[in-house]
Amino acid sequence: MKIHEYQAKEILSKYGVRTLRGVPCFSVDEAVAAGPTLGGKVWVVKAQIHAGGRGKGGGVRLAKSPEELKSLAGSILGMQLKTHQTGPEGQKVRRLLIEEGADIKKEYYVALVVDRVSQRAVLMASSEGGMDIEEVAAHTPEKIHRVTIDPAAGLTDAQAEDMARKIGLPADAVPKARDLLKGLYKAFDETDASLVEINPLILTGDNQVIALDAKMNFDENALFRHPEIVALRDLDEENAAEIEASKFGLSYIELDGNIGCLVNGAGLAMATMDICKLYGGSPANFLDVGGGASTEKVTEAFKIMLKNPHLKAILVNIFGGIMKCDVIAQGVVEAARQVKLSVPLVVRLEGTNVELGKKILAESGLPILSGNNMADAAQKAVNAVKKAA
Amino acid sequence: MSILIDKNTRVLTQGITGKTGQFHTKAGKEYANGAACYVAGVTPKKGGQNFEGIPIFETVKEAKARTGANVSVIYVPPPFAAAAIDEAVEADLDLVICITDGIPVRDMIRTKYKMIGKRTKLIGPNCPGVITPDECKIGIMPGHIHKKGPIGVLSRSGTLTYEAVGQLMEVGLGQSSCVGIGGDPVNGLKHIDVMKMFNDDPQTEAVVMVGEIGGSDEEDCARWVKANMKKPVIGFIAGLTAPPGKRMGHAGAIISGGKGTAQSKLEAMEECGIKVTRNPAEMGKLMKSVLK
Repeated sequence: MKIHEYQAKEILSKYGVRTLRGVPCFSVDEAVAAGPTLGGKVWVVKAQIHAGGRGKGGGVRLAKSPEELKSLAGSILGMQLKTHQTGPEGQKVRRLLIEEGADIKKEYYVALVVDRVSQRAVLMASSEGGMDIEEVAAHTPEKIHRVTIDPAAGLTDAQAEDMARKIGLPADAVPKARDLLKGLYKAFDETDASLVEINPLILTGDNQVIALDAKMNFDENALFRHPEIVALRDLDEENAAEIEASKFGLSYIELDGNIGCLVNGAGLAMATMDICKLYGGSPANFLDVGGGASTEKVTEAFKIMLKNPHLKAILVNIFGGIMKCDVIAQGVVEAARQVKLSVPLVVRLEGTNVELGKKILAESGLPILSGNNMADAAQKAVNAVKKAA
Repeated sequence: MSILIDKNTRVLTQGITGKTGQFHTKAGKEYANGAACYVAGVTPKKGGQNFEGIPIFETVKEAKARTGANVSVIYVPPPFAAAAIDEAVEADLDLVICITDGIPVRDMIRTKYKMIGKRTKLIGPNCPGVITPDECKIGIMPGHIHKKGPIGVLSRSGTLTYEAVGQLMEVGLGQSSCVGIGGDPVNGLKHIDVMKMFNDDPQTEAVVMVGEIGGSDEEDCARWVKANMKKPVIGFIAGLTAPPGKRMGHAGAIISGGKGTAQSKLEAMEECGIKVTRNPAEMGKLMKSVLK
C-alpha cells in the first residue's frame, strides 16, 4: 500500500527524522493561507500523487510571492500530472503539500528495502541524490552503497555513521545523519514498511540533514496490525476496478489488451496471459480468483472484467485442485446468465471432477467454447477476438 | 528414492483444528501411505483431543516426543504462522512446510534469522507443499493427478505446478517429487537448494523448473546447474506479459527497478544450458524431447 509524501513525512517525523515544515492542502484557499502560517519568503508547491517523477512532470514548483503561491496552487491542483510512473493518461492532483523553502547545499539518496538475497532489510544510500536512482544503478553502480541490517540489533550507530561518511557527508553532519538514518530504519521496521525512500536527502548551508522528499510503501500482509496506516489509504490514487476486486478477495490488475483472463492461482494466471500474447492476442487483465472461488466470487470477477470497454473475449483457465471443476462450472454458468454475457467465452477446465464440470457447461445451453487444454483454449480465445474484429 | 519426504515420513499438522488444516490433513491421510504418515496434530489448548484418530498435542515438542513426527505442515492463520514455524524449528524437526499465505515479511525476516544455525529446513510459506507420488502428500495439491516416475518438479507457483504435472502425465512421465517453494520474497528453500537435492536423488532423471517474475533465484539456480548439474533441466518462467511495478498476486512476483523480468530469467537459464519454453502449454513436450 502506498501513501502520500506528506503522510510519510508525518510518520517519519515521529521517529525523529527531520523534515521541512509544511501544510497539506486540499484547495487553493488553504494553500494561500499556508504561506503566512509557514512564514518565509518562498514556498514550494508540491503535487501529492502516489507516482514518482513529480518534479519533472511540473508537479513541484517554487513560489516566490503570495501571488505566485496562489497561481501555482491553482494550476497544479486539479491538473493531470504525467510522470514516467503514471502512464500516458496521468494522475489527477487532488492534494498539495506547501513547504517552506530550503537552502540546499547538496543532495543525497537514501532508501530501505527488503533484500531477497540476504532475506533482510538493506539500507542503500548514494551521493547522487535527486536523480532517478535506477539510472545511477545502471550507469554508476559503485556510487550506491549498501548495508544489510541484522534484525536483532537493528541499524547500529557504527553502520549509520559509516554510511553517512561513505556518501560524503561532512564530519560535523555525520552525527545528525546517523540519528536520521536510525530513525528511518526504526520507522521502516515498526510500521511494516516495504519501502522507505528519501530522494533527495539534503545537506543545507548550515549543515543540517533533512528529508526533502519521502516515499513509504507498506507490506499489505501486515496491514491487519496497522489500522493507523490503513486510515491513510487514498482510494482516488488507485484503480477503481482493482479496489472493487479486492473487496471480493480477487487479485485483479488491469492491462491494455482485450482478452479477459479468469484463472485460479497467480502463476497460472500469468502463464495464461503469456500464452494469449504468444498466440497473437493480448490480455486485458491479470485475475487470480484464488483457491476457494465461490459462485459469488466468479460472478463478481465476470462483472469486473466486463466493465472494461476494451474487452473482446473471456478466457477461463482453471486447474482444479481443492477447487472442484463442477463447482467452478456452476459458477461460470450462473455468472454468464446473471451478467448477460456480451463477448465470446472460452472455458478450459482440468483437475478434480473435470468431466462433471464439462458436462455442466455443455448442458447449460450457453454459447461457451470449450478448450481441451491450455493451448487450445488460448487459441480459441485469440481466434474469437480476431473473428469479432 | 525421492527428495524431502517419502513413505517413512512422519507428519504433524500445526493448526489441525482449523477448517483448512482438517481438510488437507484428511486428504493427506487418505493419499497413498498417508494413514501411517500422519501421526500428530498441534493446536494450543486442544491437547488430548483427536482428529479422525490423529492425536492432538499442545506443543510441537510434545508431539514429536510422543509420536516421532519429523516433518510439520503449517495451516495456521497468517498473524500466527511465523511463530508456528519458530516452534517447529525449536523442536528440531527435519522439515517444516508452511502453506499459509499472507505472512508479513517482517515476521519472516525474524523467523529466518532465528533459523540460523538450526538444522530444520523450511519450504514456503505461501506454497502448495511437497508430494512424493504414491508415497506421501503434504500440502494442498490434488494427489490424483500425480504418478511415481523419474521427473523432479520444482516451482514457485501452485496451480502452474499442477499444470506442469498434468502435461508430464500426458506424455507418460511420472514424478519423483514435486516441490512448491512458494511465492513470497522471504522464504525457506530456494530453487538452487531443491535443485541440488534432485541432482543427488537417484530416482530423479530430469527436472522441470517453473519460475516467475521477481528476484533472482532462478538465475542463481541456473548458474549452479551450469556448473554442477548432471541431469537435464527444462524451464518456464511466468510473467512475460506482466507490467513492471505491479504485484502479480504473489508478494514476490513483482518487477522492480527493471530487475526480475521473465525475459532476463529465460535468457539466463538458456545461457546456462537449461532448455526453456516460452509457451506454458509445452512444458511436458519439451521434457519428453529432452529425454529422448
